[in-house]
Amino acid sequence: MANVISDETIEYVGILAKLELSGEERERAKKDMGEMLDYIDKLNELDTSAVEPMSHIFPVGNVFREDVVTNGDESEDTLANAPVRKDNGFVVPKTIG
Amino acid sequence: MSKEYETVIGLEVHVELATKTKIFCGCSTAFGGAPNSHTCPVCTGMPGSLPVLNKQVVEYAMAVGLATNCDITKDCKFDRKNYFYPDNPQNYQISQLYLPICRNGKVEIETEDGNKKFIGIHEIHMEEDAGKLVHDEWEDCSIVDFNRSGVPLIEIVSEPDMRSAEEVIAYLDKLRLIIQYLGASDCKLQEGSMRADVNLSVREAGSTTFGTRTEMKNLNSFKAIARAIENEKNRQIDLIEAGEKVIQETRRWDDTKEYSYAMRSKEDAQDYRYFPDPDLVPVHISDEWIERVKAAQPELRTEKLARYQSEFELPAYDAEILTGTKKLADIFEATTEICGKPKKVSNWLMGETMRLLKEKNMEPEDIRFSPVHLADLIGLVDEGTINSSVAKEVFEIIFDEDIDPKQYVEEKGLKTVNDAGALRETIEKIVNDNPKSVEDFHNGKEKAMGFLVGQTMKAMKGKANPAMVNEILRELLSR
Amino acid sequence: MSLTSESAVALGKKIQAKEITAVEAAQAALDAIRAKEDKVHAFVTVAEEEAVLKRAGEVQKQIEQGILTNVLAGVPVAIKDNMCTKGMLTTCSSKILENFIPTYTAEAVLNLEKAGAVIIGKTNMDEFAMGSTTETSYYGATKNPWNENHVPGGSSGGSCAAVAAEECFYALGSDTGGSIRQPSSFCGVTGIKPTYGTVSRYGLIAYGSSLDQIGPVAKDVTDCAAILEAISSYDKKDSTSINRKDLDFTSALVDDVKGMKIGIPKDYFKEGLDEEVKEAVLHAAKVLEEKGAIVEEFDLGLVDYAIPAYYVIACAEASSNLARFDGVKYGYRTADYEGLHNMYKKTRSEGFGAEVKRRIMLGSFVLSSGYYDAYYLKALRTKAMIKQEFDKAFAKYDVILGPAAPSTAPLLGSSLDDPMKMYLGDIYTISVNLAGLPGISLPCGIDKKGLPIGLQLIGDCFNEKKIIQMAYAFEQTRPYQHSPLSACTEA
Repeated sequence: MANVISDETIEYVGILAKLELSGEERERAKKDMGEMLDYIDKLNELDTSAVEPMSHIFPVGNVFREDVVTNGDESEDTLANAPVRKDNGFVVPKTIG
Repeated sequence: MSKEYETVIGLEVHVELATKTKIFCGCSTAFGGAPNSHTCPVCTGMPGSLPVLNKQVVEYAMAVGLATNCDITKDCKFDRKNYFYPDNPQNYQISQLYLPICRNGKVEIETEDGNKKFIGIHEIHMEEDAGKLVHDEWEDCSIVDFNRSGVPLIEIVSEPDMRSAEEVIAYLDKLRLIIQYLGASDCKLQEGSMRADVNLSVREAGSTTFGTRTEMKNLNSFKAIARAIENEKNRQIDLIEAGEKVIQETRRWDDTKEYSYAMRSKEDAQDYRYFPDPDLVPVHISDEWIERVKAAQPELRTEKLARYQSEFELPAYDAEILTGTKKLADIFEATTEICGKPKKVSNWLMGETMRLLKEKNMEPEDIRFSPVHLADLIGLVDEGTINSSVAKEVFEIIFDEDIDPKQYVEEKGLKTVNDAGALRETIEKIVNDNPKSVEDFHNGKEKAMGFLVGQTMKAMKGKANPAMVNEILRELLSR
Repeated sequence: MSLTSESAVALGKKIQAKEITAVEAAQAALDAIRAKEDKVHAFVTVAEEEAVLKRAGEVQKQIEQGILTNVLAGVPVAIKDNMCTKGMLTTCSSKILENFIPTYTAEAVLNLEKAGAVIIGKTNMDEFAMGSTTETSYYGATKNPWNENHVPGGSSGGSCAAVAAEECFYALGSDTGGSIRQPSSFCGVTGIKPTYGTVSRYGLIAYGSSLDQIGPVAKDVTDCAAILEAISSYDKKDSTSINRKDLDFTSALVDDVKGMKIGIPKDYFKEGLDEEVKEAVLHAAKVLEEKGAIVEEFDLGLVDYAIPAYYVIACAEASSNLARFDGVKYGYRTADYEGLHNMYKKTRSEGFGAEVKRRIMLGSFVLSSGYYDAYYLKALRTKAMIKQEFDKAFAKYDVILGPAAPSTAPLLGSSLDDPMKMYLGDIYTISVNLAGLPGISLPCGIDKKGLPIGLQLIGDCFNEKKIIQMAYAFEQTRPYQHSPLSACTEA
């Protein structure tokens, strides 16, 4: 395997993605990610220097809304699925003290 | 301090744009409102919701870019900035990294020594604001309100061209004026519609390389900015003098403790994984569009300054003060439009209005009274319905409560007494009661006249027409 | 022949002709679900009987009043569980949305409702559409109605199995890398992945936003054309929606391929393709040739680069799209946690399954500092080159013909241990998403194991009509074959 994924990398990606892997999962993830990256490295065979990166398939642009208020008080809908709710807001563990 | 140091400062200024709706949905941007009452699936990151760009945001951003001499990016795009925080409902912020709408601008400021200096603008980009976190006082939790989530922002990133707190304030003042004049934002630091993050490093005087910089957040007044700059400059110099290294980090300023602390945590990798937002298409800006925005641009300060002096014949000093904030200029023009007396309007604004603002520790943006009420007040004085001292009292109430002066004067019975008969009776009594003053007057003491006028006004409860009082008094005394 | 063995359009015509009512049709679907669901497990949620019958009654009234005239009015439909349905549980087959009840309905589903559709439930899928077998669902695997020991394919496995089992008359699926076409092929039904931007994505819970498209799954091409016509719309809520004028897809239902040019990519028939699949697909080409089409082999190029490019792009977008599932606003939140970041990590680690985590991790990695250019931009450049290859091909051919998948449906439990192998199974479908093209998969044979084989026709952007016409012409030579499970009448 050309791409060897270290514990540090898995730990770092876990911080970015907010995922915590158990010991077994972690080993599996290291192996899977390494294999995937080996496979993805196949792209290096291609000379892509002459093409621009293409994010959108169609050259569509300038899709706008006019600046007109269309929404009313939708707080009940917004909060309808809240896991924990208080005072019309979403409750989360304390952030900055 | 053994060596001379130079402070190098760049600013990231966030400005909330004055659109009616949010950047990507049709929710109102109105300040306040019950928590989450200005929200919808888009600005709360509901699964399956998609953003659609508010055209006005692009136009405001272009207008600010043009007014700050930027190049407009003909093909600009939005990128996602990925980080987890509860006020960020999608856990990514839609912003612009790779192709911001404006680049390479500059604004001119005046330095303390009166010289002119250009501050470079690296870029201006469009992005969405985050929601608000309220920390619960009773329980160990925070509460998220997404009303502000999705309110449009522009971030104006300067070059590291500033060297002192004074330059920073001058630059911010200049930006604020430009943006207010464009009508793109009200730029209130206290309410958070203008926010500045300070990037600061120090280096030995004469050095051409930059030192390691820190970024300071949570600065919500010009005074806080000045204090934070002074504090951070000294902190960095102390570190260097002690042979330690400045760490590149984000610090949070606590203005009450006058102290900043690092915001680092193991969980904040500061690796935002920007990539083009696949849900939004590029914005193509044509030359015609740029011309249209330019043509629609309101009169900016320099033009107004000149016009006030030529058209209204105001002294340069007055014009300077009146155009010093968009709000004052707006009130001046609206009131003048109604009453047609620019000099008098200017006097009220330069005098009483400024006095009250200072006394109440307010900014011109906080003015709430209607131009029509000031115009009516000027009318009441001019037609002699009230005298100037009554007018000053009434104005204070207009300033506080925006009352209708005509109605108020009527209700409170503040009209000047123009009944010559009644007045003559009062004055005769005062002349008779004060023989000493009358004698003094006849002995050439003009001051005695003032005393008798004062007594008359007192007796008339301030409502007498001063011109008439003077006339009758002189007539009686000359007998 | 039971009522549920009718095609959607055939049933709809009978409803319009007052030969049958929408209520009877709904009842038939509900009875079919009751009889077969234990065996196939195609649904995450079956709508409440009372509500379904009430809605069918309202639709029937409007049909009788002449308000609803669409041929789909009153025809029961199943919706893949990644499309939001107001008031009805929408899980993406994930634990993390185990309790999510949307307050709005996806635009494509709204369009169907306007046409008079009666929704009978939400179909099972690979969790967040990540998978090719429907085995990654938190709510258990769906079985193939042709053989319950085999997978139905994925990720729209529930939609395709529900149609093949005849628990509903048609369904909506979504296709990010083959998620409509591959399970359609495995289940012996017909499915279309439209040109990107044809069907609004508003309300579709995103996996890979630049690749996702909603499309129809049904028994035949006629149904698919009618459904696609109903769900396509220019939606101002979706910035990537395209304002198309040529949405009259049913006008292409013409049995004529004379002079149409078919290109067969040689690269699609190399090693890795099952011999029986190859034979059936080439036989289909022959049939079309006999009907007057001009068939030619050609080199498509870059075929082997589509999968790696796809996984970089799809996983990168997914890592960002799925960040919103954090236990704050909706869905699952872990029971015990200490502080904010611990809540995030526990919620997401417990709420997402292994495949989803695998893709989020990969996506986060390829976007992370220092790797963006090497992986993400490289993949976007490769995508541009793949698009160029298709442009070249469509300058010469009206339609590209090939298999939908390298094999027929694998056995349950045989795929997940080797994700790489599973990913390679998408080789014929993935490049279509990268290039934004329309593709259709329709049955063209049955292998020795008795499992259906799918034929894929790919068209140039905005040329759905060409693939619909060709698929329709082919279908005339091969009547619809019902799955063994479809005939089951008792649980």
